Amino acid sequence: MISLENVTVRAGKFGLQNVSFSVDQGKHAVLMGKTGSGKTTLLEAVCGLKPILSGRIVLHSRDVTRLKPAERGIGYVPQDGALFPFLSVGEHLAFALQIRRWNRSDISVRVDELATLLRLEKLLDRSVRGLSGGESQRVALGRALANHPDTLCLDEPLSALDDETRAEMCEVLGRVRDRTGVTVLHVTHSLSEARTVSDQMFVLREGVVYPQCSLTKEAEAPNT
Amino acid sequence: MAPRSDLPFYLSFGVIGGLYVALILAMLIADAFYTSPGHIWKSLQSREIQYSIRLSLLSCSLTAILSVWVALPIGYLMSRRDFRGKAVLDAILDIPIVLPPLVIGLSLLILFQTAPGRAFQRIMPVTYEIPSVILAQFSVACAFAVRTLRSTFEHINPRQEQVALTLGCSRSQAFWRVVFPEARRGIIAAMTLAWARSLGEFGPILIFSGATRLRTEVLPTTVFLELSVGNLEAAVSVSLLMVLAAVFVLVIIRVSGAQSTLRESG
Repeated sequence: MISLENVTVRAGKFGLQNVSFSVDQGKHAVLMGKTGSGKTTLLEAVCGLKPILSGRIVLHSRDVTRLKPAERGIGYVPQDGALFPFLSVGEHLAFALQIRRWNRSDISVRVDELATLLRLEKLLDRSVRGLSGGESQRVALGRALANHPDTLCLDEPLSALDDETRAEMCEVLGRVRDRTGVTVLHVTHSLSEARTVSDQMFVLREGVVYPQCSLTKEAEAPNT
Repeated sequence: MAPRSDLPFYLSFGVIGGLYVALILAMLIADAFYTSPGHIWKSLQSREIQYSIRLSLLSCSLTAILSVWVALPIGYLMSRRDFRGKAVLDAILDIPIVLPPLVIGLSLLILFQTAPGRAFQRIMPVTYEIPSVILAQFSVACAFAVRTLRSTFEHINPRQEQVALTLGCSRSQAFWRVVFPEARRGIIAAMTLAWARSLGEFGPILIFSGATRLRTEVLPTTVFLELSVGNLEAAVSVSLLMVLAAVFVLVIIRVSGAQSTLRESG
């Protein structure tokens, strides 16, 4: 479960005050809002990349408010994937495990599992330079999932993809949720993407997060 | 109406630019024709010039390593962190670039005549000794390395570092495992630039290290000393060696693909 309780966070001159919402265990929640509404700032706060001024962030019954990103048990996929250009696809999948000093055979097993889950088997030895948009995002997803995070934070991961690849990635995200049981907080401004992947939906409007029971056109951000 | 030709525009720009390129090439060609391989070979036999080549290579290499070692944290912090007084610090870091070289030499000389400077020299003599050559070169070269590395880090997506933090890295691991490998080209560019700047440094060395043969004589000092005794052939021969070194540096920059980093930092 992801729970934000009265979170106040500042990013430059912009700030969000007393934001509260919660995502149920194992659900795929989508947070929508206009460009500049603070969706990414909230996501970064959950990841520990943006310090919060007050409030509490609880991930799976653990108060992580003051924990470093590495200690929060999260996987993070930014909009552009932010792959490491000097590593191969396989090395991306192994990165978090090497940092956490897994032994070589366990890393190899886990990399194979992820490659199968994300259909990256044939790309493992390839450099990430020259991968297609969809392939890059699958690698970024695999890298984030490697250490079995409880929470997955996705920052507009499909926004740069064409319609066909986006549909493919939505299917991949569904498979990931079904197989891993990870709780997902997914920021997007695409209503169709939200309809396809979400179990829960929230809209961030003027600094307040509203649960959205039915997905209406109103939720879609007009300026994006 | 027929569109007007772009030829006059490109021609005028080409002529102006071409004149400068012609000047550079003419200087090098004049140097090359002024001397002969025999003269160069004879110069290379000189004990003083051999010493000056060795000291130049050693001091420039040490300066380049030291400059990158110092510029790496400065460049990183200046590109990634915002803090009070950053603009002032930025201006301070540019002082060695804008200050006349002789003033840098004089400032170093005065610094080592202060009480702490004299105390330091009782442990390790600096002024008019080999360490003064390295310090004089470092004072200028490091500023260029800082500029280059700052530009390098500014062009590396901070998201990669943030992702590394969520994957279990400490700040230090994220730097060494994610940022550092990506900054490789910029580091080569910074090191090469620092090396090349050091090789040509003369003013600060003349003031701070003196021009003592077989002691603090580097290649620019040799050119100066040979000219002062009217030995123009030897001065030109040593100058050509420096030209070859400069060409070597340019080749390294091209091969390492660091040209863009260098261009942006300059």
